[in-house]
Amino acid sequence: MNAYGTGNITAREPFPVAARHELGDAQLRANLRRATHTIRDKRLRVVEELPDWEQLRRAGAAIKDDVLRRLPELLETFEAAAAAAGATVHWARDAQEACRLVTGLVEAAGVTEVVKVKSMATQEIGLNEALASAGVDAVETDLAELIVQLADDTPSHILVPAIHYNRRQIRELFAARMPGVDVDTLTDDPAALAEAARRHLRARFLSAQVAVSGANFAVADSGTLVVVESEGNGRMCLTLPPTLISIVGIEKIVPTFADLEVFLQLLPRSSTGEPMNPYTSMWTGVTPGDGPQTVHIVLVDNGRTATLGDEVGRQALRCIRCSACLNVCPVYERVGGHAYGSVYPGPIGAILSPQLTGPDGAANRTLPFASTLCGACFDACPVRIDIPEVLVHLRQRGVDARRGRPSAQRAGFQSLAWVMRDRKRYATALRAARRGGAPLRMAASRRGTLRRLPWPLSAWTASRDLPVPPKQTFREWWDKHVSP
Amino acid sequence: MSAREETLARARANRPVAAGSVPRDYRTTAPADVDLIELLVDRLVDYRATVRRCALAAVPGVVAELLGDDSAAVVPSGVPDEWLSAYPGKVLRDEPPLAVADLDAPGVAVLTGCAVAVAQTGTIILDTGPGQGRRALTLVPDHHLCVLPAEQVVYGLPEALARLAAPTRPLTLVSGPSATSDIELDRVEGVHGPRRLDVVITDRLE
Repeated sequence: MNAYGTGNITAREPFPVAARHELGDAQLRANLRRATHTIRDKRLRVVEELPDWEQLRRAGAAIKDDVLRRLPELLETFEAAAAAAGATVHWARDAQEACRLVTGLVEAAGVTEVVKVKSMATQEIGLNEALASAGVDAVETDLAELIVQLADDTPSHILVPAIHYNRRQIRELFAARMPGVDVDTLTDDPAALAEAARRHLRARFLSAQVAVSGANFAVADSGTLVVVESEGNGRMCLTLPPTLISIVGIEKIVPTFADLEVFLQLLPRSSTGEPMNPYTSMWTGVTPGDGPQTVHIVLVDNGRTATLGDEVGRQALRCIRCSACLNVCPVYERVGGHAYGSVYPGPIGAILSPQLTGPDGAANRTLPFASTLCGACFDACPVRIDIPEVLVHLRQRGVDARRGRPSAQRAGFQSLAWVMRDRKRYATALRAARRGGAPLRMAASRRGTLRRLPWPLSAWTASRDLPVPPKQTFREWWDKHVSP
Repeated sequence: MSAREETLARARANRPVAAGSVPRDYRTTAPADVDLIELLVDRLVDYRATVRRCALAAVPGVVAELLGDDSAAVVPSGVPDEWLSAYPGKVLRDEPPLAVADLDAPGVAVLTGCAVAVAQTGTIILDTGPGQGRRALTLVPDHHLCVLPAEQVVYGLPEALARLAAPTRPLTLVSGPSATSDIELDRVEGVHGPRRLDVVITDRLE
């Protein structure tokens, strides 16, 4: 079986093509700008409150690195502890295997509807689609996931999947598609919209027989799973239905219960910009008389062990899915999450998706180029993933993998390298460029750049301006003015 | 090879070799000059919870006042009877276990204690121990009233997690009433969990 991952982590079209389409939507950009700026300001305020933030970041990164070194042992410890506490632990190599497993468990429970806690792992493996094709309705209970599901859309942000909708759009959506909603009294006040969601889901929570969740952390030494949330839909799903199925990526492991003291400080402040999220649930297998009495855990690889093999790229596996890097990214702020194709958008998606799918992941090799390398993502990352370093590394890996194939760009750079290796050749070339460039100056913009060149050079100017060669090189200026 | 063996084999083959240590120089105790109760109150109010401070002897009166709008109060075992001595409404004990529909009925509140409270983050930790009950009791009713004595308050999360007697019991960390930031990333209170959270902080028990 392929060592790489499958599922909703593959960009179908190259990033520049997808981005161009998204950039055409002015409403989308306005919504994104407003939302990302709100959250990044909140994050900065709550991070400044903690004098030991840097120490927490370093501890978080070191704990996760330690997990990667001891991953096989810690997974076995987790499995044994969870099983001893009454959970059944399953393993899945990729998305298809995980979906098959979960579908089988749901069918065995004899239900046609499950309630779901928001989970990136289930988005990644495409669980809702798989359940639908087996005739099972997966009801998303997180408000933003519910919005996306009602709109028949896909998530565009890790934390707030409906970040691309504003309150007016959400009100219209609820009025049109939410069964039983009172259209006449529904306003676009967020509190009224939350109330509508509460009424819509209440009966389903109370009658559901099977819940599906992910987990933010899996504690190896105790077999405990942790879900961090805000609304209480997570608590409902984790407590009321008699059967609980949790899908957990293998990198979610932390060694000990005490390690949560680091991550439960890092995650909420980075994620929603609060000192603490409203609700965090932890459970260990089955507790008689409290919560689900049948508990399944599905441990999913889906390209994670393959990612582990890359010395530079493996740091992406530290990610705790807080989405702080999305909120500070100038590229994400403009194009939104859909342009990245994968369920993991933004800077972390640009390094995670191509590694999970490997070199044959369709257009994923274009994702590491979806960045200005400004470094804001590294500063914001609570587990110190050096995203720019990995972006550059993956760009290089992508170029190396295609070295054998002919490319106009590479041919161009090879000639340029030949010219620049020799001072005389370089000076001659500059003079030639200046003379050749003189007529171009007529066509240049006020900033002295060319917006569009004819084919094949149009490939270069499609996403960049080309500066017109200056009237004089620096060396020429120096010869004239300084060295007599 | 099974999925389990294959995943473990690949993790073994691909994992990093260099050993590293974990620096633990972050804060694990309270700063000297901090008033824990004041900090906790400040945080809870920030989350729009209602907070009262009172002497232990005044608890029955404060509880009766805070439960004034509720026709029934769910009480897990371990909550002292005298806390409800001034409450005129119906008292629902969870023995035998109440049906979810009883918990979901309008006008039902729940009165509990807690395991430990975290001042720095305004967090109440429930571990289903005495006076807290099973998880559904503090989830389904729309109003949660929690009474905690001052000695249950610690500064930060590291102290709080270390204080838990049995971390493998189901744990719920509650920081304010149910809320969402899913619409334009603006926080609004009140989705699926209790929409009203009241906290009563009493004097130290002697």
